[in-house]
Amino acid sequence: MQRGIRVLSALLEARTGQVLSPERGWRVETALKPILRAHGLQDIGILAAHLTRYRDPRLEIEVVDALLNNESSFFRDPQIFEMIRQQILPHIRARKQDRRLRVWSAGCSTGQEAYSLAIQLCNDVEVWDRWRVEILATDISATAIARARDGIFPQIDVQRGLSINDLLKWFEPVADGWRASAQLRAMIDFRQDNLFNPRAPGGGYDLLLCRNVMLYFTQERRQKVFDLLARHSHDHSVLLLGAGETAMGHGDPFVAHPEFRGAYRRPPVQPLYVDGPMGPAV
Amino acid sequence: MKNCLVVDDSKVIRKVARHILESLDLSVREAVDGQDALIQCEESSPDVVLLDWNMPVMSGMEFLQALSSARIETRPKVIFCTTENGIGHIKAAVEAGADEYVMKPFDRETLESKLAIVGVI
Ligand SMILES: C[S@@+](CC[C@H](N)C(=O)[O-])C[C@H]1O[C@@H](n2cnc3c(N)ncnc32)[C@H](O)[C@@H]1O
Ligand SMILES: [Mg+2]
Repeated sequence: MQRGIRVLSALLEARTGQVLSPERGWRVETALKPILRAHGLQDIGILAAHLTRYRDPRLEIEVVDALLNNESSFFRDPQIFEMIRQQILPHIRARKQDRRLRVWSAGCSTGQEAYSLAIQLCNDVEVWDRWRVEILATDISATAIARARDGIFPQIDVQRGLSINDLLKWFEPVADGWRASAQLRAMIDFRQDNLFNPRAPGGGYDLLLCRNVMLYFTQERRQKVFDLLARHSHDHSVLLLGAGETAMGHGDPFVAHPEFRGAYRRPPVQPLYVDGPMGPAV
Repeated sequence: MKNCLVVDDSKVIRKVARHILESLDLSVREAVDGQDALIQCEESSPDVVLLDWNMPVMSGMEFLQALSSARIETRPKVIFCTTENGIGHIKAAVEAGADEYVMKPFDRETLESKLAIVGVI
């Protein structure tokens, strides 16, 4: 049993960077029950032995998927979304001459974070009217991404965080819950992608969200993710993490944002010379 | 401490709701139907009403209509809380003036999020 858990957590860490903390150990059995049943395996020890012997890639993916914590909700931490709408987006808008807004929801799970942003932008249609809005949403879990793309959420999910007006406006009832409107779905580019082996399109994102993703990463892995996020940022980008997560102590790819509580930005470049008649020196 | 009036003809639902609401630091009163609720609102208006749809004597919809012409200082926020999950029902409730809508069964997270949306917590 203990050996089984060790094998499984090694697999999880190799694939996702996540360390299975002892407190989460008890979850392993519950999480893997459906897989054990589906494959007719008696217990975790036997599953682990099976994985070690056959290295079945499909089963590996299933196991990793089941062990990931995909918890999410619409407008998770509502104050953050208020801050995005009322402060961060106007800040970005004022600095973008090209009328192009690029957002990246990294570790998006089943998509609630990206959909919440899309809803906000659609509700403020008069502001974003003539803008090109691109929302990229990535997650390592293929199952989560497939569900995010479908945009179908059970009743219990839409009730958490979504107002009834947004539900009526942006979702339609379907047999097994509520489906995000075609307009919302078309706004978001959902892609399966690993933060440690990224293939998703690069470039500078204006707003980056990587919330409740790095919780179970080692310090070294977090550093890698911050470096990746920094490579996809520009001078005015804003980075948001989950409540209780911090970018401090990870070198200096990001510093606390001077204006937005709990947000981060790249450290401002120190100009070598003061602006002179020739314009700013770099 | 904010007040919540739980209006439901089911004793079990009232008990479950009370338990959750008290854990969210609200003070709770109960009413067994729309008419009972209306009388209690006129006596002293709660901050929020958790409202069932199907009830004897006076239904949730009838209560909502009566509330708009009742002698009440500040109108409470109204969260419909019902097994009527069809979109037709939801739209009708919102049109009649409900601020939020919870489909049963509900849990603590759901109530907490809806109370935050209407600004009670
Ligand atoms: C708890 S969810 C957070 C969802 C959303 N960001 C939120 O805050 O509600 C964490 C997500 O990170 C994903 N994840 C974990 N390791 C990852 C990796 N190496 N690359 C990409 N996504 C990863 C998981 O699959 C999971 O869906
Ligand atoms: Mg009833």
